[in-house]
Amino acid sequence: MIPVLPPGVRLHWDAVRGSHVLLAPERVLMLDEVGHAILSRVDGTTPVDVLVSGLAADFAAPVEEVGPDVTEFLTGLARERLVDLHA
Amino acid sequence: MPDGSRPVPPPIAMLAELTHRCPLSCPYCSNPVDLARREAELTAGQWADVFRQAVALGVLQVHLSGGEPASRRDLEEIVAAARDAGLYANLITSGIGLTPERIAALVAAGMDHVQLSVQGTRAETADRVGGYKGGFARKMAVAEAIAAAGVALTLNAVMHRHNLAELPEVFDLAERLGARRVEVACVQFQGWALENRAVLQPTRAQVDEAKRLVAEARAARQGRLVIDFVPPDYYADLPKACMGGWGATGLNIAPDGAVLPCHAAQTIPGMRFANVRDVPLAEIWYRGPAFAAFRGTDWMPEPCRSCDRREVDFGGCRCQALAVLGDASAPDPVCRRTPGRAKLDALLAAEGNGPGLEVARWRRIGG
Repeated sequence: MIPVLPPGVRLHWDAVRGSHVLLAPERVLMLDEVGHAILSRVDGTTPVDVLVSGLAADFAAPVEEVGPDVTEFLTGLARERLVDLHA
Repeated sequence: MPDGSRPVPPPIAMLAELTHRCPLSCPYCSNPVDLARREAELTAGQWADVFRQAVALGVLQVHLSGGEPASRRDLEEIVAAARDAGLYANLITSGIGLTPERIAALVAAGMDHVQLSVQGTRAETADRVGGYKGGFARKMAVAEAIAAAGVALTLNAVMHRHNLAELPEVFDLAERLGARRVEVACVQFQGWALENRAVLQPTRAQVDEAKRLVAEARAARQGRLVIDFVPPDYYADLPKACMGGWGATGLNIAPDGAVLPCHAAQTIPGMRFANVRDVPLAEIWYRGPAFAAFRGTDWMPEPCRSCDRREVDFGGCRCQALAVLGDASAPDPVCRRTPGRAKLDALLAAEGNGPGLEVARWRRIGG
Protein backbone atom coordinates (compact mmCIF):
# COMPACT_ATOMS: atom_id res chain seq x y z
CA MET A 1 0.00 0.00 0.00
CA ILE A 2 1.45 3.34 -1.10
CA PRO A 3 0.09 6.57 0.43
CA VAL A 4 -0.09 9.64 -1.79
CA LEU A 5 -1.01 13.25 -1.05
CA PRO A 6 -3.68 14.01 -3.67
CA PRO A 7 -3.89 17.27 -5.64
CA GLY A 8 -4.92 20.17 -3.43
CA VAL A 9 -3.37 18.67 -0.29
CA ARG A 10 0.08 19.78 0.83
CA LEU A 11 2.31 20.26 3.85
CA HIS A 12 3.15 23.77 4.94
CA TRP A 13 5.23 25.36 7.70
CA ASP A 14 3.12 27.90 9.59
CA ALA A 15 5.75 30.36 10.74
CA VAL A 16 3.29 32.51 12.73
CA ARG A 17 2.10 29.61 14.93
CA GLY A 18 5.36 27.66 14.75
CA SER A 19 3.62 24.51 13.55
CA HIS A 20 3.54 22.16 10.60
CA VAL A 21 0.11 22.12 8.98
CA LEU A 22 -1.64 20.11 6.31
CA LEU A 23 -3.44 22.40 3.88
CA ALA A 24 -6.39 20.91 2.02
CA PRO A 25 -9.61 22.03 0.31
CA GLU A 26 -11.38 24.22 2.90
CA ARG A 27 -9.38 22.47 5.64
CA VAL A 28 -6.35 23.20 7.78
CA LEU A 29 -4.98 20.45 10.03
CA MET A 30 -2.43 21.42 12.68
CA LEU A 31 0.09 18.55 12.83
CA ASP A 32 1.96 17.33 15.85
CA GLU A 33 5.51 16.00 15.57
CA VAL A 34 4.39 12.45 14.79
CA GLY A 35 1.75 13.50 12.25
CA HIS A 36 4.32 15.59 10.45
CA ALA A 37 6.94 12.83 10.60
CA ILE A 38 4.49 10.45 8.91
CA LEU A 39 3.24 12.83 6.23
CA SER A 40 6.68 14.20 5.37
CA ARG A 41 7.60 10.61 4.35
CA VAL A 42 4.58 10.36 2.04
CA ASP A 43 6.17 10.94 -1.36
CA GLY A 44 3.90 8.90 -3.62
CA THR A 45 6.41 6.07 -4.03
CA THR A 46 7.28 4.85 -0.51
CA PRO A 47 5.09 1.93 0.65
CA VAL A 48 3.61 2.04 4.16
CA ASP A 49 5.83 -0.75 5.52
CA VAL A 50 9.01 1.08 4.45
CA LEU A 51 7.61 4.27 5.94
CA VAL A 52 6.88 2.45 9.21
CA SER A 53 10.36 0.97 9.54
CA GLY A 54 11.91 4.39 8.91
CA LEU A 55 9.73 5.96 11.60
CA ALA A 56 10.43 3.12 14.03
CA ALA A 57 14.16 3.67 13.59
CA ASP A 58 13.93 7.45 13.95
CA PHE A 59 11.71 7.33 17.04
CA ALA A 60 13.47 4.26 18.53
CA ALA A 61 10.11 2.51 18.81
CA PRO A 62 9.13 -1.07 17.90
CA VAL A 63 7.66 -1.63 14.43
CA GLU A 64 4.73 -3.54 16.00
CA GLU A 65 3.72 -0.36 17.82
CA VAL A 66 4.40 2.15 15.08
CA GLY A 67 2.72 0.11 12.34
CA PRO A 68 -0.89 0.17 13.63
CA ASP A 69 -0.63 3.85 14.60
CA VAL A 70 0.55 4.85 11.14
CA THR A 71 -2.10 2.75 9.42
CA GLU A 72 -4.84 4.22 11.59
CA PHE A 73 -3.60 7.78 10.94
CA LEU A 74 -3.42 7.29 7.17
CA THR A 75 -6.75 5.45 6.80
CA GLY A 76 -8.42 8.20 8.86
CA LEU A 77 -7.08 10.80 6.43
CA ALA A 78 -8.07 8.59 3.47
CA ARG A 79 -11.69 8.53 4.67
CA GLU A 80 -11.64 12.31 4.46
CA ARG A 81 -9.88 12.12 1.08
CA LEU A 82 -6.82 13.93 2.40
CA VAL A 83 -4.62 10.96 1.51
CA ASP A 84 -4.99 8.41 -1.29
CA LEU A 85 -3.93 4.83 -0.60
CA HIS A 86 -2.76 3.08 -3.76
CA ALA A 87 -2.54 -0.70 -3.91
CA MET B 1 -18.21 34.65 33.29
CA PRO B 2 -17.21 36.51 30.14
CA ASP B 3 -13.48 36.88 29.83
CA GLY B 4 -12.28 39.95 28.00
CA SER B 5 -8.62 39.40 28.82
CA ARG B 6 -8.11 36.43 26.50
CA PRO B 7 -5.62 37.19 23.70
CA VAL B 8 -7.02 37.48 20.17
CA PRO B 9 -5.81 34.56 18.00
CA PRO B 10 -4.49 35.20 14.48
CA PRO B 11 -6.92 34.52 11.61
CA ILE B 12 -6.62 31.27 9.65
CA ALA B 13 -8.62 32.07 6.53
CA MET B 14 -9.42 35.08 4.41
CA LEU B 15 -12.24 35.50 1.93
CA ALA B 16 -11.07 37.82 -0.84
CA GLU B 17 -14.01 39.17 -2.80
CA LEU B 18 -12.17 40.22 -5.94
CA THR B 19 -15.21 41.73 -7.62
CA HIS B 20 -18.97 41.92 -7.33
CA ARG B 21 -19.34 41.52 -11.09
CA CYS B 22 -20.91 38.22 -12.10
CA PRO B 23 -22.57 36.94 -15.28
CA LEU B 24 -25.11 35.03 -13.19
CA SER B 25 -27.98 36.61 -11.27
CA CYS B 26 -28.86 33.96 -8.67
CA PRO B 27 -31.57 35.24 -6.34
CA TYR B 28 -29.82 33.59 -3.36
CA CYS B 29 -26.57 35.51 -3.75
CA SER B 30 -25.04 36.47 -0.39
CA ASN B 31 -23.45 39.62 -1.82
CA PRO B 32 -24.83 42.92 -0.54
CA VAL B 33 -27.77 44.38 -2.42
CA ASP B 34 -25.63 47.48 -3.01
CA LEU B 35 -22.95 45.90 -5.21
CA ALA B 36 -19.51 47.49 -5.70
CA ARG B 37 -18.67 48.69 -9.20
CA ARG B 38 -15.55 47.85 -11.20
CA GLU B 39 -13.93 51.26 -10.65
CA ALA B 40 -13.94 50.68 -6.90
CA GLU B 41 -12.08 47.33 -7.04
CA LEU B 42 -8.60 46.82 -5.58
CA THR B 43 -5.90 46.30 -8.21
CA ALA B 44 -3.89 43.08 -8.50
CA GLY B 45 -0.93 44.96 -7.01
CA GLN B 46 -3.00 46.01 -4.02
CA TRP B 47 -4.20 42.44 -3.53
CA ALA B 48 -0.57 41.22 -3.61
CA ASP B 49 0.21 43.60 -0.75
CA VAL B 50 -2.88 42.43 1.18
CA PHE B 51 -1.79 38.79 0.72
CA ARG B 52 1.68 39.51 2.13
CA GLN B 53 0.14 41.25 5.12
CA ALA B 54 -2.31 38.38 5.61
CA VAL B 55 0.48 35.77 5.70
CA ALA B 56 2.44 37.85 8.22
CA LEU B 57 -0.73 37.99 10.30
CA GLY B 58 -1.19 34.19 10.27
CA VAL B 59 -3.65 33.58 7.42
CA LEU B 60 -3.03 30.19 5.76
CA GLN B 61 -5.75 29.97 3.13
CA VAL B 62 -7.27 32.55 0.83
CA HIS B 63 -10.64 31.91 -0.76
CA LEU B 64 -10.75 33.92 -3.98
CA SER B 65 -14.36 34.74 -4.54
CA GLY B 66 -16.72 37.45 -5.66
CA GLY B 67 -19.01 37.97 -7.55
CA GLU B 68 -17.34 35.85 -10.17
CA PRO B 69 -13.54 36.06 -9.75
CA ALA B 70 -13.02 35.01 -13.39
CA SER B 71 -14.71 38.28 -14.38
CA ARG B 72 -11.32 39.80 -13.55
CA ARG B 73 -8.92 39.50 -16.46
CA ASP B 74 -5.99 39.66 -14.01
CA LEU B 75 -7.18 36.66 -11.95
CA GLU B 76 -4.09 34.66 -12.98
CA GLU B 77 -1.85 37.44 -11.65
CA ILE B 78 -3.82 37.53 -8.38
CA VAL B 79 -3.54 33.74 -7.90
CA ALA B 80 0.20 33.91 -8.52
CA ALA B 81 0.48 36.70 -5.95
CA ALA B 82 -1.42 34.63 -3.38
CA ARG B 83 0.94 31.69 -3.85
CA ASP B 84 4.03 33.90 -3.87
CA ALA B 85 2.92 35.31 -0.53
CA GLY B 86 2.68 31.76 0.85
CA LEU B 87 -1.10 31.23 0.83
CA TYR B 88 -3.15 28.19 -0.15
CA ALA B 89 -5.12 29.54 -3.11
CA ASN B 90 -8.70 28.35 -3.37
CA LEU B 91 -10.79 29.60 -6.29
CA ILE B 92 -14.54 29.87 -5.68
CA THR B 93 -16.14 30.17 -9.09
CA SER B 94 -19.28 29.68 -11.11
CA GLY B 95 -17.00 28.56 -13.95
CA ILE B 96 -18.39 31.18 -16.31
CA GLY B 97 -15.46 33.05 -17.82
CA LEU B 98 -13.03 30.15 -17.44
CA THR B 99 -11.64 28.33 -20.47
CA PRO B 100 -9.19 25.40 -20.69
CA GLU B 101 -6.49 27.98 -21.51
CA ARG B 102 -7.26 30.10 -18.47
CA ILE B 103 -7.43 27.01 -16.25
CA ALA B 104 -3.97 25.97 -17.48
CA ALA B 105 -2.68 29.46 -16.69
CA LEU B 106 -4.26 29.37 -13.23
CA VAL B 107 -2.66 25.98 -12.56
CA ALA B 108 0.69 27.38 -13.67
CA ALA B 109 0.11 30.30 -11.30
CA GLY B 110 -0.26 27.82 -8.42
CA MET B 111 -4.01 27.51 -7.89
CA ASP B 112 -4.45 24.78 -5.25
CA HIS B 113 -8.14 23.97 -5.50
CA VAL B 114 -11.33 24.93 -7.30
CA GLN B 115 -14.77 25.12 -5.79
CA LEU B 116 -17.22 25.08 -8.68
CA SER B 117 -20.83 26.07 -8.05
CA VAL B 118 -23.85 24.61 -9.77
CA GLN B 119 -27.37 26.01 -9.54
CA GLY B 120 -28.90 22.58 -10.07
CA THR B 121 -28.20 19.29 -11.82
CA ARG B 122 -30.31 19.82 -14.91
CA ALA B 123 -29.63 22.51 -17.48
CA GLU B 124 -33.19 23.76 -17.55
CA THR B 125 -33.62 24.35 -13.82
CA ALA B 126 -30.03 25.40 -13.17
CA ASP B 127 -30.03 28.01 -15.93
CA ARG B 128 -33.31 29.39 -14.69
CA VAL B 129 -31.94 29.90 -11.16
CA GLY B 130 -28.67 31.37 -12.47
CA GLY B 131 -30.52 33.52 -14.97
CA TYR B 132 -27.94 32.60 -17.61
CA LYS B 133 -28.87 30.54 -20.63
CA GLY B 134 -26.30 27.88 -21.51
CA GLY B 135 -24.57 28.33 -18.16
CA PHE B 136 -24.96 24.73 -17.07
CA ALA B 137 -23.37 23.34 -20.24
CA ARG B 138 -20.44 25.73 -19.85
CA LYS B 139 -19.95 24.66 -16.22
CA MET B 140 -19.81 21.01 -17.28
CA ALA B 141 -17.12 21.85 -19.85
CA VAL B 142 -15.17 23.78 -17.20
CA ALA B 143 -15.40 20.85 -14.77
CA GLU B 144 -13.97 18.56 -17.45
CA ALA B 145 -11.10 20.97 -18.05
CA ILE B 146 -10.39 21.14 -14.31
CA ALA B 147 -10.31 17.34 -14.11
CA ALA B 148 -8.07 17.15 -17.16
CA ALA B 149 -5.68 19.64 -15.55
CA GLY B 150 -5.51 17.41 -12.46
CA VAL B 151 -6.71 20.10 -10.05
CA ALA B 152 -8.60 19.26 -6.86
CA LEU B 153 -12.29 19.99 -7.31
CA THR B 154 -15.15 20.57 -4.90
CA LEU B 155 -18.66 20.87 -6.26
CA ASN B 156 -20.82 23.42 -4.48
CA ALA B 157 -24.57 23.59 -4.63
CA VAL B 158 -26.80 26.03 -2.82
CA MET B 159 -30.07 24.31 -2.01
CA HIS B 160 -33.48 25.87 -1.52
CA ARG B 161 -37.14 25.00 -1.90
CA HIS B 162 -36.94 24.73 -5.68
CA ASN B 163 -34.00 22.29 -5.94
CA LEU B 164 -33.73 20.34 -2.66
CA ALA B 165 -35.33 17.34 -4.36
CA GLU B 166 -32.26 17.15 -6.65
CA LEU B 167 -29.91 16.34 -3.74
CA PRO B 168 -29.06 12.71 -4.73
CA GLU B 169 -28.34 13.95 -8.25
CA VAL B 170 -25.93 16.55 -6.84
CA PHE B 171 -23.90 13.75 -5.25
CA ASP B 172 -23.97 11.74 -8.49
CA LEU B 173 -22.90 14.77 -10.49
CA ALA B 174 -20.02 15.49 -8.09
CA GLU B 175 -18.66 11.97 -8.49
CA ARG B 176 -19.16 11.99 -12.23
CA LEU B 177 -17.15 15.22 -12.50
CA GLY B 178 -14.32 13.76 -10.41
CA ALA B 179 -14.92 15.95 -7.37
CA ARG B 180 -13.50 14.56 -4.13
CA ARG B 181 -15.72 16.78 -2.07
CA VAL B 182 -19.17 18.29 -2.33
CA GLU B 183 -20.52 21.20 -0.35
CA VAL B 184 -24.25 21.36 -0.07
CA ALA B 185 -25.28 24.54 1.66
CA CYS B 186 -28.87 25.40 2.29
CA VAL B 187 -29.33 29.03 1.40
CA GLN B 188 -28.28 31.50 4.10
CA PHE B 189 -30.52 34.50 4.25
CA GLN B 190 -28.19 37.47 3.74
CA GLY B 191 -27.92 39.98 0.94
CA TRP B 192 -30.03 39.13 -2.12
CA ALA B 193 -31.13 35.86 -0.50
CA LEU B 194 -32.75 37.80 2.31
CA GLU B 195 -34.73 39.79 -0.24
CA ASN B 196 -35.99 36.49 -1.64
CA ARG B 197 -36.45 34.59 1.60
CA ALA B 198 -40.11 33.78 1.10
CA VAL B 199 -39.36 32.39 -2.37
CA LEU B 200 -36.40 30.26 -1.28
CA GLN B 201 -37.28 29.04 2.20
CA PRO B 202 -37.48 25.23 2.21
CA THR B 203 -40.22 23.39 4.07
CA ARG B 204 -39.65 21.36 7.23
CA ALA B 205 -40.45 18.16 5.33
CA GLN B 206 -37.84 19.00 2.68
CA VAL B 207 -35.19 19.65 5.33
CA ASP B 208 -35.90 16.37 7.15
CA GLU B 209 -35.69 14.47 3.86
CA ALA B 210 -32.43 16.26 2.93
CA LYS B 211 -30.84 15.26 6.26
CA ARG B 212 -31.84 11.65 5.69
CA LEU B 213 -30.41 11.67 2.15
CA VAL B 214 -27.14 13.21 3.35
CA ALA B 215 -26.69 10.55 6.06
CA GLU B 216 -27.43 7.82 3.53
CA ALA B 217 -25.04 9.26 0.93
CA ARG B 218 -22.23 9.73 3.48
CA ALA B 219 -22.38 6.03 4.32
CA ALA B 220 -22.74 4.84 0.74
CA ARG B 221 -20.00 7.09 -0.68
CA GLN B 222 -17.47 6.96 2.17
CA GLY B 223 -13.88 7.19 0.96
CA ARG B 224 -15.03 8.44 -2.45
CA LEU B 225 -16.88 11.65 -1.77
CA VAL B 226 -16.65 13.88 1.29
CA ILE B 227 -19.99 15.55 1.91
CA ASP B 228 -20.18 18.87 3.75
CA PHE B 229 -23.78 19.72 4.47
CA VAL B 230 -24.93 23.06 5.89
CA PRO B 231 -28.52 22.63 7.09
CA PRO B 232 -30.75 25.67 6.99
CA ASP B 233 -30.40 27.83 10.08
CA TYR B 234 -34.07 28.59 10.56
CA TYR B 235 -34.94 24.92 11.12
CA ALA B 236 -32.19 24.40 13.70
CA ASP B 237 -32.83 24.68 17.44
CA LEU B 238 -29.47 26.13 18.40
CA PRO B 239 -27.35 28.63 16.48
CA LYS B 240 -24.07 28.00 14.68
CA ALA B 241 -20.86 29.76 15.65
CA CYS B 242 -20.95 32.08 12.67
CA MET B 243 -17.42 32.43 11.22
CA GLY B 244 -16.21 30.32 14.18
CA GLY B 245 -16.91 33.36 16.33
CA TRP B 246 -16.80 37.02 15.34
CA GLY B 247 -13.21 38.08 14.64
CA ALA B 248 -11.91 34.70 15.80
CA THR B 249 -10.80 32.67 12.79
CA GLY B 250 -11.40 34.57 9.58
CA LEU B 251 -11.86 37.86 7.83
CA ASN B 252 -13.37 39.05 4.59
CA ILE B 253 -12.10 41.71 2.21
CA ALA B 254 -14.73 43.37 0.05
CA PRO B 255 -13.89 44.30 -3.58
CA ASP B 256 -13.14 47.91 -2.59
CA GLY B 257 -10.76 46.89 0.21
CA ALA B 258 -13.11 47.24 3.18
CA VAL B 259 -12.21 44.65 5.80
CA LEU B 260 -15.23 42.86 7.26
CA PRO B 261 -15.61 40.34 10.10
CA CYS B 262 -18.10 38.49 7.87
CA HIS B 263 -19.44 38.97 4.37
CA ALA B 264 -22.78 40.37 5.56
CA ALA B 265 -21.39 42.70 8.22
CA GLN B 266 -22.02 45.75 6.04
CA THR B 267 -25.73 45.36 6.71
CA ILE B 268 -25.21 46.31 10.37
CA PRO B 269 -26.12 49.97 10.83
CA GLY B 270 -23.53 52.25 12.34
CA MET B 271 -20.66 49.84 11.89
CA ARG B 272 -17.60 51.35 10.24
CA PHE B 273 -15.07 49.29 8.35
CA ALA B 274 -11.42 50.18 7.93
CA ASN B 275 -9.97 49.79 4.44
CA VAL B 276 -6.72 48.05 3.52
CA ARG B 277 -5.89 51.11 1.41
CA ASP B 278 -5.58 53.15 4.62
CA VAL B 279 -4.85 50.88 7.58
CA PRO B 280 -2.51 47.87 8.02
CA LEU B 281 -4.39 44.55 8.11
CA ALA B 282 -2.93 43.54 11.50
CA GLU B 283 -4.11 46.83 13.01
CA ILE B 284 -7.61 46.20 11.65
CA TRP B 285 -7.71 42.59 12.90
CA TYR B 286 -6.38 43.23 16.40
CA ARG B 287 -7.69 46.71 17.11
CA GLY B 288 -10.32 47.60 14.51
CA PRO B 289 -13.63 48.67 16.11
CA ALA B 290 -15.72 46.47 13.75
CA PHE B 291 -13.75 43.37 14.84
CA ALA B 292 -13.89 44.31 18.50
CA ALA B 293 -17.65 44.97 18.40
CA PHE B 294 -18.84 41.35 18.85
CA ARG B 295 -15.59 39.52 19.57
CA GLY B 296 -15.49 37.08 22.48
CA THR B 297 -18.23 37.17 25.09
CA ASP B 298 -18.08 40.63 26.71
CA TRP B 299 -20.61 42.15 24.30
CA MET B 300 -23.25 39.50 25.00
CA PRO B 301 -26.69 40.21 26.37
CA GLU B 302 -28.58 37.71 28.50
CA PRO B 303 -29.40 34.86 28.12
CA CYS B 304 -26.18 34.35 26.09
CA ARG B 305 -23.98 35.85 28.78
CA SER B 306 -24.75 33.17 31.34
CA CYS B 307 -25.36 30.36 28.82
CA ASP B 308 -23.22 27.21 28.86
CA ARG B 309 -22.97 27.47 25.07
CA ARG B 310 -21.56 31.01 25.02
CA GLU B 311 -18.16 29.79 23.83
CA VAL B 312 -19.67 27.14 21.58
CA ASP B 313 -21.79 29.36 19.35
CA PHE B 314 -20.63 32.83 20.49
CA GLY B 315 -24.22 34.02 20.32
CA GLY B 316 -24.65 32.85 16.72
CA CYS B 317 -24.99 35.12 13.72
CA ARG B 318 -25.11 38.89 14.26
CA CYS B 319 -26.45 39.59 10.79
CA GLN B 320 -29.27 37.10 11.31
CA ALA B 321 -30.22 38.78 14.59
CA LEU B 322 -30.34 42.04 12.67
CA ALA B 323 -32.28 40.63 9.71
CA VAL B 324 -34.95 38.95 11.84
CA LEU B 325 -35.09 41.03 15.01
CA GLY B 326 -33.75 44.37 13.79
CA ASP B 327 -30.99 44.29 16.41
CA ALA B 328 -27.48 43.00 15.63
CA SER B 329 -26.59 42.69 19.31
CA ALA B 330 -29.54 40.43 20.16
CA PRO B 331 -29.05 36.66 20.50
CA ASP B 332 -29.37 34.76 17.21
CA PRO B 333 -33.14 34.16 16.87
CA VAL B 334 -32.45 30.55 15.84
CA CYS B 335 -31.79 29.80 19.53
CA ARG B 336 -34.75 28.17 21.29
CA ARG B 337 -33.45 29.50 24.60
CA THR B 338 -34.15 33.09 23.54
CA PRO B 339 -37.35 35.12 23.19
CA GLY B 340 -36.45 36.03 19.58
CA ARG B 341 -37.23 32.47 18.45
CA ALA B 342 -40.96 33.19 18.47
CA LYS B 343 -40.44 35.73 15.70
CA LEU B 344 -38.47 33.24 13.62
CA ASP B 345 -41.15 30.59 14.06
CA ALA B 346 -43.78 33.08 12.95
CA LEU B 347 -41.68 33.84 9.85
CA LEU B 348 -41.34 30.15 9.03
CA ALA B 349 -45.05 29.59 9.42
CA ALA B 350 -45.72 32.48 7.07
CA GLU B 351 -43.02 31.69 4.50
CA GLY B 352 -42.73 27.89 4.63
CA ASN B 353 -45.09 27.62 1.71
CA GLY B 354 -44.28 30.88 0.00
CA PRO B 355 -44.47 31.90 -3.65
CA GLY B 356 -42.61 30.46 -6.66
CA LEU B 357 -39.39 31.56 -8.34
CA GLU B 358 -41.28 33.78 -10.78
CA VAL B 359 -41.54 36.51 -8.15
CA ALA B 360 -37.85 36.42 -7.14
CA ARG B 361 -35.75 39.58 -7.26
CA TRP B 362 -32.78 38.70 -9.49
CA ARG B 363 -29.35 39.93 -8.49
CA ARG B 364 -27.92 42.76 -10.59
CA ILE B 365 -25.57 45.67 -10.22
CA GLY B 366 -27.41 48.92 -9.79
CA GLY B 367 -30.50 46.90 -8.76
